[in-house]
Amino acid sequence: MAEIVVQNVRKEFGDFVAVRESSFTVGDGEFFMLLGPSGCGKTTTLRMIAGLELPTSGEIYLDGEEISQQPPSERDIAFVFQMFALYPHMNVRKNISYPLVSQGMPRAQVREKVAEVARILGIGDILDRPVGGLSGGDRQRVALGRAIVRVPKAFMMDEPLGALDAEFRERMAEELRALHDRMGATTVYVTHDQLEAMQMGDKIVVMNNAVVEQFGTPQEIYDKPATMFVADFIGSPPMNFLGFSGTLASGDTVAELGGHQMAMPELRESVAGNLVFGVRPEHIQLVTDGSYRGEVLATEYLGTTQVVTIRTPNGEVKARINSDQPVKMGEAVGLAFNPATVTLFDEGTGRALRSSLNEGVLHG
Amino acid sequence: MSAHSINAPSSRQKWIAGSLVVVYALVTMIPLVWIMLTGFKSPADAISYPPKWVFDPTLEGYVNLFTTRTRQTQEFLAANPPQHWADEIVRQYDMVIVGPSKFGERFLNSVIIGFGSTFLSVFLGTLAAYAFSRFKIPLADDLLFFILSTRMMPPIAVAIPIFLMYRNLGLSDTHLGMIFLYTAVNISLAVWLLKGFIDEIPREYEEAALIDGYTRFQAFRKVVLPQAATGIASTAVFCLIFAWNEYAFAVLLTSATAQTAPPFIPTIIGIGGLDWPAVAAGATIFLLPVMIFTILLRKHLLRGITFGAVRK
Repeated sequence: MAEIVVQNVRKEFGDFVAVRESSFTVGDGEFFMLLGPSGCGKTTTLRMIAGLELPTSGEIYLDGEEISQQPPSERDIAFVFQMFALYPHMNVRKNISYPLVSQGMPRAQVREKVAEVARILGIGDILDRPVGGLSGGDRQRVALGRAIVRVPKAFMMDEPLGALDAEFRERMAEELRALHDRMGATTVYVTHDQLEAMQMGDKIVVMNNAVVEQFGTPQEIYDKPATMFVADFIGSPPMNFLGFSGTLASGDTVAELGGHQMAMPELRESVAGNLVFGVRPEHIQLVTDGSYRGEVLATEYLGTTQVVTIRTPNGEVKARINSDQPVKMGEAVGLAFNPATVTLFDEGTGRALRSSLNEGVLHG
Repeated sequence: MSAHSINAPSSRQKWIAGSLVVVYALVTMIPLVWIMLTGFKSPADAISYPPKWVFDPTLEGYVNLFTTRTRQTQEFLAANPPQHWADEIVRQYDMVIVGPSKFGERFLNSVIIGFGSTFLSVFLGTLAAYAFSRFKIPLADDLLFFILSTRMMPPIAVAIPIFLMYRNLGLSDTHLGMIFLYTAVNISLAVWLLKGFIDEIPREYEEAALIDGYTRFQAFRKVVLPQAATGIASTAVFCLIFAWNEYAFAVLLTSATAQTAPPFIPTIIGIGGLDWPAVAAGATIFLLPVMIFTILLRKHLLRGITFGAVRK
């Protein structure tokens, strides 16, 4: 298995820049998520690692070897396509054995390997069926079988659950993760679903507009977002942004929003201008006293928790609180923020300000 | 069943549709049946009026088609008894068979030129269509339009330039020359039809093959070609029908060596009177290869006839 290093990779299609200088490292055996909205360049990045697109500039290393200009057949990387791309003119067995046949493996050995893969994936009974009549889940398993049968250095998966029914997705997601843990194979997985990314990934790269916004563990990405985009894209409901303007110095632990003192992690840089005070919904408490107040606009009951929308002097915020706390519409409530989890952003660039919270996580 | 589902046709509707198909088939089949019947008639039956549906079948037409004959004196005929059944047939006109006719040779020319140009058109067309479909080619749209524009006039409009060009190049009356000519006419049809079919095949299949360790060409051969089989088959049928039936260029450019069957068949009329049974026999045999070819490929044609618009 292998480590993948993507270094300053850029891809242009004519005048269109699909991926701007992007860098990240996929550790050996990691389940690595490429997350972002559609059109952000995540699939292009995946295809460049696999060799289906050649980068305009930059390097890709697989186990220390520079592979960015090699044809896909020489990279020893498997790819699972969103629409599965099973060869329609072959049956299941032939589909799975196809990568082995290209290596010139003896027939008996191919049979053995296919049988083993079929056992792992639980598709032994459909091996001789044509792929046309298979259910979505079975197609998915055959596509996985074709990927794992040759034991490649790494797996690329392009939204492999995207074509499945919602109920089936959950199960396949678990199967995929279990399969990964069992094989310990380096996997790069593209998705636009933040829940899927958080649930399955060891590490996540968040991309937007052809740029890598942040790269880290799900916890880091969630708790210490590097940009407003990441803070907004991850989490449901997303992080609240309270806009204010002011001047802050390195070492400050308090920000002033409309005359109210708000505690925050110790700042590690000085900044002035339009700023954003970012706080996750679950880090807001509704209190009866409290100087910073707002009016309840709506509540959304979600079982164990409820999401309360509150109008404040700095814009609407959503708070996620226990559902047993009574909240009335139109009521004025005090808001208390958990200072340890607050992130400040520069509104112009969308960049998170360095603080004691995100020290060591942010890059660049 | 929802309100939008398509209802199965009732037996009455089926009966009407079936009758229409039968009537249409009868109308289009009558000339073919007439030609095939005429091939087995005697010259007298062939031109009798009212036309005969019931007659004594004879192979005279076929014998006349494949042989050259000459009239002989009674003494010669008495001294040389007939050798076989074909000889016996011509004896009733005091004739003897002196050798084979040119028909076999002309028919073979048709086969060589027709299938040769079909193969070349489909082969080049598939490669070009694949390239246009999959790769970024500078001025691809203009090139495709240029290829199509060769179809915008009847091919015979350029007969004289081609005649002169072929004479200078030494391609007149050669098999190769006719193969090139028919290929040139068919290639635009082949490229456009096949591009439509190949566009319909998702790229992911080839990409999967590339990932699975195959080269681009292997992916083309093992993954794209089998899926384009429908398109290739229907394109081949169209190309073959054109090349097989082409008459004007064949008359103009071929004579002794590379003459195909279409210009030859009418010349039978001139040999020893209006020999309609022989002409009909020639036409019948001439029809067979295209019929067989089409029947062999009919499974693909049924899906291909929609020009790749429908994929299962």
